[in-house]
Amino acid sequence: MAVTKLFGASIKRREDPRLITGMATYTDDLTLPGMAYAQIVRSPHAHARIVRIDAAAARRHPGVVAVFTGRDLAGALKPIPTAWLIPNADLKTPPHPPLAVDTVRYAGDGVAVVVATDRYAARDAAQLVEVTYEPLPAVVDQITAAGPGAPQIHAEAPGNLAFRWAVQGGDAGAAFAEAQRDGVVVSQRFVNQRLIPNAIETRSVLARYNSGSGELTVWYTTQNPHIARFLMSVVTGIPEQKIRIIAPEVGGGFGSKIPFYPDEAVVAFCARAIGRPVKWTEDRRENYLATIHGRDHITDLELAARTDGTVTGIRGKTWANLGAYLSTAAPGIPTILHGLMLPGCYAIPNLSYEVQGVFTNTAPVDAYRGAGRPEATYLIERMMDLLAARLGMDPAEVRRKNFIPPDRFPYTTAAGLQYDSGNYTPALERALEAAEYRRLRSVQQQGPKDNRYLGIGLSTYVEICGLGPSAVAGAVGFQGGLWESATVRLHPTGKATVFTGTSPHGQGEETTFAQIVAEELGLPIDDIEVVHGDTGSISMGWGTYGSRTTVVGGAAIALAARRVRDKATKIAAHLLEAAESDLVFDRGRFYVRGSPDRAKSIQDVTLQAYLAWNLPAGVEPSLEASAYYDPSNFTFPFGAHVAVVKVDAETGEVELRRYVAVDDCGRVINPMIVDGQVHGGLVQGIAQALWEGAAYSAEGQLLTGSMADYAVPRAHMFPRFVTGRTETPSPHNPLGVKGVGETGTIASTPAIVNAVVDALRPFGITHLDMPLTPERVWTAIRTHARR
Amino acid sequence: MIPAAFEYVAPTSVQEAIALLQQHGDEAKVLAGGHSLLPIMKFRLAQPKLVVDIGRIPGLDGIARSGDTITIGALATHDAVERSGLLREHCPLLPETASVIGDMQVRNRGTIGGSLAHADPAADYPGAVLALDAEIVARGPGGTRTIPARDFFVEMLTTALQPAELITEVRVPVIGKGTGTAYVKHAHPASGYAVVGVAVVLEAGGGTCRRCAIGINGVAGKAYRATAVERALAGRALDEKTVAAAAAHAADGVDVQGDLYASSDFRAHLASVYTKRAVLLAASRAG
Repeated sequence: MAVTKLFGASIKRREDPRLITGMATYTDDLTLPGMAYAQIVRSPHAHARIVRIDAAAARRHPGVVAVFTGRDLAGALKPIPTAWLIPNADLKTPPHPPLAVDTVRYAGDGVAVVVATDRYAARDAAQLVEVTYEPLPAVVDQITAAGPGAPQIHAEAPGNLAFRWAVQGGDAGAAFAEAQRDGVVVSQRFVNQRLIPNAIETRSVLARYNSGSGELTVWYTTQNPHIARFLMSVVTGIPEQKIRIIAPEVGGGFGSKIPFYPDEAVVAFCARAIGRPVKWTEDRRENYLATIHGRDHITDLELAARTDGTVTGIRGKTWANLGAYLSTAAPGIPTILHGLMLPGCYAIPNLSYEVQGVFTNTAPVDAYRGAGRPEATYLIERMMDLLAARLGMDPAEVRRKNFIPPDRFPYTTAAGLQYDSGNYTPALERALEAAEYRRLRSVQQQGPKDNRYLGIGLSTYVEICGLGPSAVAGAVGFQGGLWESATVRLHPTGKATVFTGTSPHGQGEETTFAQIVAEELGLPIDDIEVVHGDTGSISMGWGTYGSRTTVVGGAAIALAARRVRDKATKIAAHLLEAAESDLVFDRGRFYVRGSPDRAKSIQDVTLQAYLAWNLPAGVEPSLEASAYYDPSNFTFPFGAHVAVVKVDAETGEVELRRYVAVDDCGRVINPMIVDGQVHGGLVQGIAQALWEGAAYSAEGQLLTGSMADYAVPRAHMFPRFVTGRTETPSPHNPLGVKGVGETGTIASTPAIVNAVVDALRPFGITHLDMPLTPERVWTAIRTHARR
Repeated sequence: MIPAAFEYVAPTSVQEAIALLQQHGDEAKVLAGGHSLLPIMKFRLAQPKLVVDIGRIPGLDGIARSGDTITIGALATHDAVERSGLLREHCPLLPETASVIGDMQVRNRGTIGGSLAHADPAADYPGAVLALDAEIVARGPGGTRTIPARDFFVEMLTTALQPAELITEVRVPVIGKGTGTAYVKHAHPASGYAVVGVAVVLEAGGGTCRRCAIGINGVAGKAYRATAVERALAGRALDEKTVAAAAAHAADGVDVQGDLYASSDFRAHLASVYTKRAVLLAASRAG
């Protein structure tokens, strides 16, 4: 039972004082004695054969310690592995050498590394490495790459096909036959453009190898240090127990710091080879070229429905651009995390969907905030609006009609997932009310004012969070478990240290995890320290991504804390000379029911546990417990968002007037942090709809190669967000929580596009591809006006 | 991103700076606020051997009125221009322009002289100085000369400045009663630069345009005066229809630029719309 009010309180983030005052220590802040600096020489070509590398001039440059090429590394390092091997998809995993050996496959592919005594010398010398390339034809878009006659990127993947994956449920063929006969079929091609994750801290690696002990220590911007340790061991051959990975302060990731990149293996190699610590920090240009990108789908989709708006089936095909190599989790993102979520929050009985993963001469594509689910939600939410428009129905009504009803949970979808709990209509009604939906519709009826068209867009979503049950992870080819570890250790003075296998990097779990423990043990929150991100102090863990940290890691912590409490109860009963069953635990105090004045505090009990002068028989000294929590299912948060825009028909400019987000992430530990997660997610999702988009030239040059070209959203571009919540606890999670790290990104993109398309309905426009730049909107208006 | 190695020198007088520029020729670059030079150095698009930091030369950042002219020191930051009470009262076009340059950090460091000397076609000041018929005062080995704004911008990133010449000040006229000014821009969502920026100085009387000057940046390879629009508006009524018809000529005779964000067609269209809006706004202020 709750013994304090900490669970559910908007406690200020304990991380923030050090972050705000510049006292946080990031990887690039670290300096070790004798440390050298690495600079990676990257290919300017998207596709080329390496004819010759002449590093003589670079080696002569003052301060240069060593230069290594792909050939130098080939014997020492294994190829960079892919860790999500989706089954039944004919998956091809062509080797990904840490530095290219014969062929470069995207602009940014590493070909050599220069190590020097300072980073300036390394940067200057990198320019002196002369690489002779024989350019090859390049291909950047996935449909061309998958087509006949396209340049072939890997011999191991004919037709540039990495995989062909499909999901079927019900009988889509019959549903579409019926719809073609008696109902409606809507179809549309969608482009979910490529995005650049843009964590404010770029990637950084500092490696130290002790040749005496054989130990490799790596400080490193990772979201998952234990996975990194495992993969580092695989690639370098250094035994796992000799490797320590530390994620110091990590300045955001959004998925881009999940993968194990070639660069970390290269830096570790350099440290070992030269016998000095080596640091490498990516600059922003390099970050754009060589850190993973996200999204990049092209989809042809069809929806079958009855004339009353009941959706009966969905089918289609997506070409997912995977870039030049398979990044760590790449195969699972557009399939398991995307295809299985296609039906969204609707009771759609029939599904047939295929995804082709395609290699191109572009930066590798992997998980970016939401990872597959934003793409799925975008598809189904756009389709619901297309259906509503076709039938002349209100988009809210079409959604209400198709929601999975609350009495059917747990609900198994046509894709085979079992949604744990949900109650979708109340969230929608609350969002509509907050947005003043009815009033806005009547204003819209009056027509545009000053050539500015009002548009209202809805998005109702469900997403898959809390990754996840390990048996399912194994069944879908994820090369790891997805349970989580926790240790709660009380110290003799009654203070606590909490160890988690997750690795938060901005999400605020140092605060929420302390709230969980404070609640379970009745400790003051300031007496609780949360430790994460170090394989040297944490036995095992799977990291932070997929909105799993609080759902899985938090649950493990709660279970560990409850074990501590159970042991403390035994000791307290002994000290109070009472039966355990007669004891009450209330706000950190144990007492015999009815005698609250004669109590033992948790601190008293802890001290006794360490002194061990008078412990009950069979109880060991000390007070700590570990828990390993493997969830029985995923969690499925949901919600309803409403965007209100005005479109200037003269310029095509979109003004976001109002944004309402009603999210249901189950029980809320810290409402302020939940709001913060929602706000950040909204900003990223809205930015995809309106501004962001990575572009390559036909030759494979990144055209949006800096923040001067790629529109990273800023605070002044947004109205004040209105957030609200409903609360439907997860029935299987020990805390009832569902996860909230990605909901904003997942829901907001279609809400914005639906709003803009809604505004443009008077022109007969039914769809526009993102980003909805003024020129795109203006061109569409002009084209339709001419018809 | 790390620039190539360079030497740095901070002269304490204009004379000293000019001597350094004379001595080092093409190998030297002038640093003022650094918001144009440093990014291109970090991309290694510029690799000067010597950076001459004029930012520590005293007395180059003042804003003062003398008769019907306001003089702005080359080192006045965008922020100083935006907040200058003198300019707000007597030449509000410049503060309005400065207020939409980049972001707060850029405005705190960037200078009017640096922006004009760099002559980025998408910068915000060029249109305003053209519309104001400003004078740019430059000092070089041969002494001081005054360059009319109209003659200052030669082509993209190229001005009428001689190699060893420095801008020392910018002179703008005091805007009198009956004249309204406005600067409106469509900012690039990433860079904040003007995709289209239109500056207007308009003298109105009895609902008609007596005289107007329109400077446009962001559209062509250099900022220009939209003379076709100015002519079409002279003596005409300032109603929306008339203004729109005149503004349709906003990109007449110029080579309109296109990029990933805005094609030349769209940019030309935006130029017309923003010219119309700027003219109407300036007219509404011509009280």
